[in-house]
Amino acid sequence: MTEGPRARARSNVSLEQRAWNIRRKALLMGEVQGQGYIGQALGIADVLAAAYFHALDYRADDPEWEGRDRFLLSVGHYAIALYATLMEAGILPEEELATYGMDDSRMPMSGMASYTPGMEITGGSLGQGLGIALGMAMGLRRKGAGAFVYNLMSDGELGEGSTWEAAMVAAHHGLGNLICLVDFNNQQADGRSTAMLSAEPLEAKWRAFGWHCQRVDGNDLKAVVAAFDAARAVAGPVPRVIVFDTRMCKGVPFLEQREIAHFVRVEPEEWGKALGVLEEGRPQ
Amino acid sequence: MTSASMARKYKARQVQVGQRSTTSAMIASLAAEGYDTVQAPFGHALVELARRDERVLGLTADLGKYTDLHVFAEAMPDRFYQMGMAEAVLMSAAAGLAREGFMPFATTYAVFAARRAYDFIAMAIAEENLPVRIVCALPGLTTGYGPSHQATEDLAIFRGLPNLTIVDPCDAVDIAQMVPAIAAHDGPVYCRLLRGRVPVVLTRHKPDYRFELGKAQLIREGRDVLVIATGLMTMRALDAAEALAKDGIDVAVLHVPTIKPLDRATITEEAGKAGRLVVTAENHTVVGGLGEAVATTLLTAGVTPAFRMIGLPDAFLEAGALPTLHDMYGISTDRVAARIRSWL
Ligand SMILES: Cc1ncc(C[n+]2csc(CCOP(=O)(O)OP(=O)(O)O)c2C)c(N)n1
Ligand SMILES: [Mg+2]
Repeated sequence: MTEGPRARARSNVSLEQRAWNIRRKALLMGEVQGQGYIGQALGIADVLAAAYFHALDYRADDPEWEGRDRFLLSVGHYAIALYATLMEAGILPEEELATYGMDDSRMPMSGMASYTPGMEITGGSLGQGLGIALGMAMGLRRKGAGAFVYNLMSDGELGEGSTWEAAMVAAHHGLGNLICLVDFNNQQADGRSTAMLSAEPLEAKWRAFGWHCQRVDGNDLKAVVAAFDAARAVAGPVPRVIVFDTRMCKGVPFLEQREIAHFVRVEPEEWGKALGVLEEGRPQ
Repeated sequence: MTSASMARKYKARQVQVGQRSTTSAMIASLAAEGYDTVQAPFGHALVELARRDERVLGLTADLGKYTDLHVFAEAMPDRFYQMGMAEAVLMSAAAGLAREGFMPFATTYAVFAARRAYDFIAMAIAEENLPVRIVCALPGLTTGYGPSHQATEDLAIFRGLPNLTIVDPCDAVDIAQMVPAIAAHDGPVYCRLLRGRVPVVLTRHKPDYRFELGKAQLIREGRDVLVIATGLMTMRALDAAEALAKDGIDVAVLHVPTIKPLDRATITEEAGKAGRLVVTAENHTVVGGLGEAVATTLLTAGVTPAFRMIGLPDAFLEAGALPTLHDMYGISTDRVAARIRSWL
């Protein structure tokens, strides 16, 4: 693993600031469209900040650089969050922010590989990412490459059989270069994940499937960073998963306190208000 | 990522019409100016059916709110099953319930039934000819979310499946009336669904219209062109016919809500009337849908009028605003009218 690009990406900007910047960009994109999966984006911002500014190796000016760590957005509707992150990382130009979701944009509302630099796969048909990720991990291992493959999936995707097929196969083939990130925001389309289809005991499940599993507060940056470090440091050919318990709308209290739904409604005048509230919490 | 399919990688979208518009991916209703609408006709019709028939159950894979099944879930919580986001087991479980004498209505999006759950539908449900009703939102091009959500080939996939009846309703009238009709049918059914605020189209053009399973019905007479349409394209055809009438072009519209079994007799009879251009119109790829089914029917019957097809191209479609996409792919009212005009 080369240290250069990752060290540069880390720079002197704090991870708190990165996460805040990601939240702000996501809100600005939501304002452009008047909609978007903003609750999810605000919830996952800390994990994405740690991923792109601490854990991953990549070259901003060459998103297809062969040596990069792969980051797969299985949960395609989280695209707004990844676009914000890719802009923050310099992979996507910030000028394009105002085109989010527009007809001629490179940032469609659901992530698509053919549209966006840095978007590895077309997710959105949920439950597909982990299988693709394990195939890429097998491919990288065959090539002798040291890169990791990260797959970001949602708690809803835990319901798909394909997720657990992939989990078994990855463990069987000893894919130590595979790191699965599960956003446990306790939300799905029809309601609370725990009320709909209980995944518990979740850590025990992953472990029983042969994975190294951690579960941390996904909005506690220190814990998130430590989990990424621990996942990369696991010795032996075992796939790794980190379950992040996150809070939808994190960082914008009046949205956090609203009755949370899969598609959080934000009134037209509330985008500005949300940006204002976020501003008050800007890291020092 | 070197294949030709990635050739368009990272290029800005090539939008043909007008200025930018935003993705109306989450719209609850299809833009249909001038029509009254009904809220969640499927959910309400299912509740009504379930009050009369205690075998009726509702199942979904995390899309109750998005398939209008929440109306049923709220009215009859003890007859509703949330399966989590697991389309394969949704279909297997529906098959199991049907085996035990129940009448499950299973809902998801059309893409996930057709693509992910297909084998389960084929073997657990269709091969056994079980009375499972699969009701799916977002048919064809009714979301701007791109290929992951656009069910452009569901009819082609399901037409190949023996035993399966396939319905593509046009409006709230069709949906409300198809629910008891498919319940009365002994065998598996796949229905495309329009959800949310659904326009009332057919009775406005033909006040005595009633949905009949397996029947094509002439909604509008016309001397110059016969449009054979299904699903929401019947609405487009009727609207285009009104526009074309102003230019003195007289367009008949034959509505074919049941795709399989196809009402060959009515289609052959109407298309056999001399002197009319025959145009099929479907919210689906031109491969394997209504157009090809009609073409086969006519050619087999020895009826060979001038024939054109309106449908989606054989391609993965773009993401974007629905009105933009409907214009781009030729299924908006304006484009339908323009194309018919160009063929005369
Ligand atoms: C295979 C598949 N089934 C159904 C859907 C429709 N769908 C889109 S998002 C969603 C909710 C899934 O849960 P999760 O991703 O945890 O939702 P969130 O946390 O964003 O509310 C569903 C069912 C889908 N995209 N893919
Ligand atoms: Mg979730």
